[in-house]
Amino acid sequence: MQLPAKMIHSLFLVNSSGDIFLEKHWKSVVSRSVCDYFFEAQERASEPENVPPVIPTPHHYLISVLRHRIYFVAVIQSEVPPLFVIEFLHRVVDTFQDYFGVCTEAAIKDNVVVVYELLEEMLDNGFPLATESNILKELIKPPTILRTVVNTITGSTNVGEQLPTGQLSVVPWRRTGVKYTNNEAYFDVVEEIDAIIDKSGSTITAEIQGVIDACVKLTGMPDLTLSFMNPRLLDDVSFHPCVRFKRWEAERILSFIPPDGNFRLLSYHVSCQNLVAIPVYVKHNITFREGSSQGRFELTLGPKQTMGKGLEAVLISSQLPRGVLNTNLNPSQGTYNFDPVTKLLSWDVGKINPQKLPSLKGSMSLQAGASKPDENPTINIQFKIQQSALSGLKVNRLDMYGEKYKPFKGIKYMTKAGKFQVRT
Amino acid sequence: MLSMSTNNLSYSDQGGTDSAVEVGQETTPTSSNAGAGFGLFSVDFKKNEDLKEMLESNKESLKLEAMKRVVGLIAKGKNASELFPAVVKNVASKNIELKKLVYVYLVRYAEEQQDLALLSISTFQRALKDPNQLIRASALRVLSSIRVPIIVPIMMLAIKEAASDMSPYVRKTSAHAIQKLYSLDQDQKELLIEVIEKLLKDKSTLVAGSVVMAFEEVCPDRIDLIHKNYRKLCNLLVDVEEWGQVVIISMLTRYARTQFTSPWKEDGVFDEHNERAFYESDEEKTRDETEAKPYMMDPDHRLLLRNTKPLLQSRNTAVVMSVAQLYWHLAPKNEVSIVTKSLVRLLRSHREVQYIVLQNIATMSIQRKGMFEPYMKSFYVRSTDATHIKSLKLEILTSLANEANISTILREFQTYVKSQDKQFAAGTIQAIGRCATNISEVTDTCLNGLVLLLSNRDETVVAESVVVIRKLLQIQPTQHSDIIKHMAKLFDNITVPMARASILWLMGEYCERVPKIAPDVLRKMAKSFTSEEDIVKLQTVNLAAKLYLTNSKQTKLLTQYILNLGKYDQNYDIRDRTRFIRQLIVPNDKNGALSKYAHRILLAPKPAPVLESAYKDRDRYQLGTLSHTINTKASGYLELSDWPAVAPDQSVRNVEVIEPTVKSKPAKSSDDKFYSDSGEEEEKGSGSSSSEDGSSSSSSEGNSSQTSEESDKSSSQSEKSSSESDSEKKERKTKTPLQKKTVKPTAKDWYHTIMEHIFNEESWTYVTKQQHTKTIFVNVINQHSVLQTFSYSHWSTLCVSLFTQLCPLSLAFPLQLSGPAFVPEKSHDLLHRMTGKGLSAQYQFPRQPCLYQPTMVSVQISLTNTTDHPLEQIHIGDRSPTGLNIHCFNTIECLEPEASVTVFMGIDFNDSTQAANFQLCTKEDHFSVSIQPAIGELLLPITMTELDFRKEQGKLLGMNESSATITMAAENMTSQPISRPVATVANLGMVPSSQDNVHRFAGKTANSGAVVLVTVELRGESTALITINTEKSVMGSMLLRDLKLALAQA
Repeated sequence: MQLPAKMIHSLFLVNSSGDIFLEKHWKSVVSRSVCDYFFEAQERASEPENVPPVIPTPHHYLISVLRHRIYFVAVIQSEVPPLFVIEFLHRVVDTFQDYFGVCTEAAIKDNVVVVYELLEEMLDNGFPLATESNILKELIKPPTILRTVVNTITGSTNVGEQLPTGQLSVVPWRRTGVKYTNNEAYFDVVEEIDAIIDKSGSTITAEIQGVIDACVKLTGMPDLTLSFMNPRLLDDVSFHPCVRFKRWEAERILSFIPPDGNFRLLSYHVSCQNLVAIPVYVKHNITFREGSSQGRFELTLGPKQTMGKGLEAVLISSQLPRGVLNTNLNPSQGTYNFDPVTKLLSWDVGKINPQKLPSLKGSMSLQAGASKPDENPTINIQFKIQQSALSGLKVNRLDMYGEKYKPFKGIKYMTKAGKFQVRT
Repeated sequence: MLSMSTNNLSYSDQGGTDSAVEVGQETTPTSSNAGAGFGLFSVDFKKNEDLKEMLESNKESLKLEAMKRVVGLIAKGKNASELFPAVVKNVASKNIELKKLVYVYLVRYAEEQQDLALLSISTFQRALKDPNQLIRASALRVLSSIRVPIIVPIMMLAIKEAASDMSPYVRKTSAHAIQKLYSLDQDQKELLIEVIEKLLKDKSTLVAGSVVMAFEEVCPDRIDLIHKNYRKLCNLLVDVEEWGQVVIISMLTRYARTQFTSPWKEDGVFDEHNERAFYESDEEKTRDETEAKPYMMDPDHRLLLRNTKPLLQSRNTAVVMSVAQLYWHLAPKNEVSIVTKSLVRLLRSHREVQYIVLQNIATMSIQRKGMFEPYMKSFYVRSTDATHIKSLKLEILTSLANEANISTILREFQTYVKSQDKQFAAGTIQAIGRCATNISEVTDTCLNGLVLLLSNRDETVVAESVVVIRKLLQIQPTQHSDIIKHMAKLFDNITVPMARASILWLMGEYCERVPKIAPDVLRKMAKSFTSEEDIVKLQTVNLAAKLYLTNSKQTKLLTQYILNLGKYDQNYDIRDRTRFIRQLIVPNDKNGALSKYAHRILLAPKPAPVLESAYKDRDRYQLGTLSHTINTKASGYLELSDWPAVAPDQSVRNVEVIEPTVKSKPAKSSDDKFYSDSGEEEEKGSGSSSSEDGSSSSSSEGNSSQTSEESDKSSSQSEKSSSESDSEKKERKTKTPLQKKTVKPTAKDWYHTIMEHIFNEESWTYVTKQQHTKTIFVNVINQHSVLQTFSYSHWSTLCVSLFTQLCPLSLAFPLQLSGPAFVPEKSHDLLHRMTGKGLSAQYQFPRQPCLYQPTMVSVQISLTNTTDHPLEQIHIGDRSPTGLNIHCFNTIECLEPEASVTVFMGIDFNDSTQAANFQLCTKEDHFSVSIQPAIGELLLPITMTELDFRKEQGKLLGMNESSATITMAAENMTSQPISRPVATVANLGMVPSSQDNVHRFAGKTANSGAVVLVTVELRGESTALITINTEKSVMGSMLLRDLKLALAQA
């Protein structure tokens, strides 16, 4: 009798219109009819996001993630931690994105052979084998236009012949023999502020999550240390495996041998005790009158506690109630758009000029006879503040050991809105 | 097509190995393809024909191109099986990409084309011998992925060979292959378990995760295979790749639940405290050691908890979750909350991750509100959340609600109720209902709020409110007649059937509280009865019946009218109900018996519905599992066992010590020196003559009736030394003075060093056999360290350093403790086997600072069972004098016949040689025993400079000084330095001396910490002056007597 095998059995890629456009099996083949259960759930869900991530079926379990409007549906036969599968699927997506620049149906279809080779390397018998991008890139070279041309002429291949050195070394995340003419290491400190602001403008909850993304292109085996001016700010952190945990515990210094290329060094959470400065305020007046087929819509934005830095790339979006037929609004700057089908209002504000605050004013036409909506729409705001980390986190210094040359170092700060909502 | 038929044949042949389901699934696509229409099929056929040509051409590039297209077909789920013969020819291609694509094809179709697949096997067998590890590994991968039962023996052989490959990467592949072979042929189980056992011993982090995966799949019940590897796995864990970590952690969780006792009986406050004290030496030691500790965590249990904790910082959400579940299932209750922060951090991750994590938090928060309450705001709902995320957050917020935060939560709920997502709004109303029942203070507020919602415009909201109000009223119906009245008023406006039915039910149930309104409602219903929904009709009939019973005067006619309407209703349920009710309530001749009880039947007090979370009791499934997520047992789910009442034998996890090898790591070099040193000294000590040893100990005992035993012992000692001498000779090459570890600045550093020492695999020792002479086995069971058994030389350094760090005295006292200069191996009888009914006990003084409490002297006790039945529950009973401060060893649950165990205890002798009397108890018997220490054992050695020594000596003159002149025994003058006999008698440290003829020793008393200074000044040929300076003058004179005896022996 065949035992229910553990771990990931098969993978189906489903696009938003419900077509399976790729399948891969690591064990014996599972008929694609198993996806019918998924399609059922998809139909039942009002939004694409509402498809439950775990769907039990009589013989299998389907665990899916939705990224870039593609469902990655993994078929499982028996008990396995669901997060294990979910995390792996996200890694697959990240790898595709890394390889092809975008992770779209078209890109996957165009590179189906590379996709297959990658999936073959990433899982063996349903158990993750190589998920580190540095290792994969040694095994299978990412397709570039140049390489495709060269390959067709010379007949050489994308597949590496040697076992990636990292696979065996104590630093499995870094490949050996890295060489650059310009040695450079860039670190981006990016903070996202999540907030819920209530009707009256007071903060219900606000917290700052940050990441340090690195782009390190250094020759050889450099050993880096990064220290902060104010490491106490970091309340909860998670590291790339390269970071030496004990050193951090003892000295609050990040010491690591970096992977080659782009990677996320650190993500952190800033402790809630510190009051979070909210960099933007919204004045709103959205009213629907009973009996009337018109509603008023007024919105004004302004900067607040931005530490002298300007707010950029401001984008407002809001899901208006179903009763709204259309809008007639007038932005003082930027462009606005209302989709009468999805009822989604979006306003691309751009930069906020403190002298001349941007506003969006006008009227909404409502369905005649329909009762007035109970709730005013929630406003989602996106923005960026360059050269500043909202929490005040500052990198003190970056040192390199183990190599002789002098690298070029750079650190950039940025603040972004994460899930920033204003209830009206 | 020929190949297709063979395929079918072979299927029926191997029907035993493949499940019917699998075969069914296999054949479906083929048949549907064929059925899709002949036209389509022929197009495919032609297309493949041209691929076949390309594959059979001589040009590599054409072949590659063809293979790429074939892979494209596979990816789309199209059938390319008829190309098998053409493809399989290329399996030995030189082009590596072509080869890999052929592998992909082979793995996909070999099962269907078994005979042809066999053609490729020889290629793989050859590749298995390739010098390139990548090629070996990939050959094994493909070979084991070909699901053809005939090649099982070949696979088995390949796996066995690969399991002892040089390359860890190949070994890892072999671990993966084990699972594949097992799912193909379960008869190989026993052989595979052997391979697993072998691979479990592998020290490579690369292999660990994969082999544990194989273990979980093939033989998850063979817990015994884990014992010896447990500590290794714990220690490797941090360096294993992230996917392996998840698997190992979940396996260890199960393991721990079978091997350790529950840490949940106590509140565990002690434990936390100890833990901290271990980390930070500067923390005041305020706890009183005399308090009994009923629960002590197994050091291995602690090891697991400690080594998994850093993984909470992993970027891999699955790893974080698995550590969280480990803490939830294994950690003492007060430590579980350290996972909170990390779990909350995961909520920032992808939607799917959020979903799983929130589910687990929902289960946790029901049992442990406090864990997540500080993070309540992280569970506030955003309008952009997916519906299932919203309802999970709602669930958690409801669980977290308590008297203090309920107002905040209710305010938040008010926003949610207005949400455009009506399903969510309805969920919120249910949540409000739950809050109202859980927290009695807000029941009224909630009810009023819900009543307000009754005038909401949205039907679902209103309906849900009515239903929830009904439930709430049912719980406490007394004071709420006005709410019922209000609902009756709203009745006309409410159109949702469920809500209408609920109101009617309420009217009927509490009709006595609203005597005027209920009949009126019934009147209205009678009017509209025919146009109502079925559920409303049923409740109308119910209401009518109840009113008839309570208020028949007003409602008799109405009831009859309604019953008549119901009699001819289209729905048979309603007709049935009407007939039943009529018979029940309207008295007539036939049914007199039942109608008497009509009142009691219809108006029986009904139990209130319980509003509770859907996540209650979900923790019957292990957190983080698929079964937990879907709330049913998934296939292959391994139950988490309950804690055992009695811990199984701990020693099974001990690993036999291996002699430190020559090529040991540089970090170990100091240990090696130490090792050789102590060995050297040992040899010298015992080599000097057995008589010396014997007499010195007898004098220190102050007891003359021991001669026979004494000589026994000394002879055994000399045996030991002779057996050792071989191994020692090698090591004696390195002649270094006894190394005293200097104390490093922070406790943390020490902690790491100690851990390094202890977890050095080679330092683990094996207790059972007494013949082990090289190392003295100590078994320290104590709650703040994971130290259990390890070789002696390590122990002494560690212990001293640790103690120096931990002992608060060392902060106040400028003099530093040092390691013992010499440890006599002499042991004394505590309990003879005759008097002890087969239990024999011996004790000796290991001269270690006592870890339990600095004022104690540590005593090492070896217990041996000489009976033929196991002795159970060996522990320490009553003691005298009653104030005697003893740190007992852990109760030994069971001592097998012929087995012996070594335990440590601490005794506070209070700086006197008065014997410590206590009872040694087994399950059945009590034996009174006593330990009388020699004065020299009550001291602890300290290091100081000569200058300090003199300074101290200057303070301790007069009364505090005692001295004597003796005639030295000849051998003491010549054969060895004076320090030897002194160190044998008393646990003192050497003080470097600038004069050749003056030897100085320093120590302090264990209990009071008083300094004890000994000076031996050699004068002339054979006389010597012994001077002792100490404020404990009684101790001074006793020590002087002992020293005199030792040095002046004939």
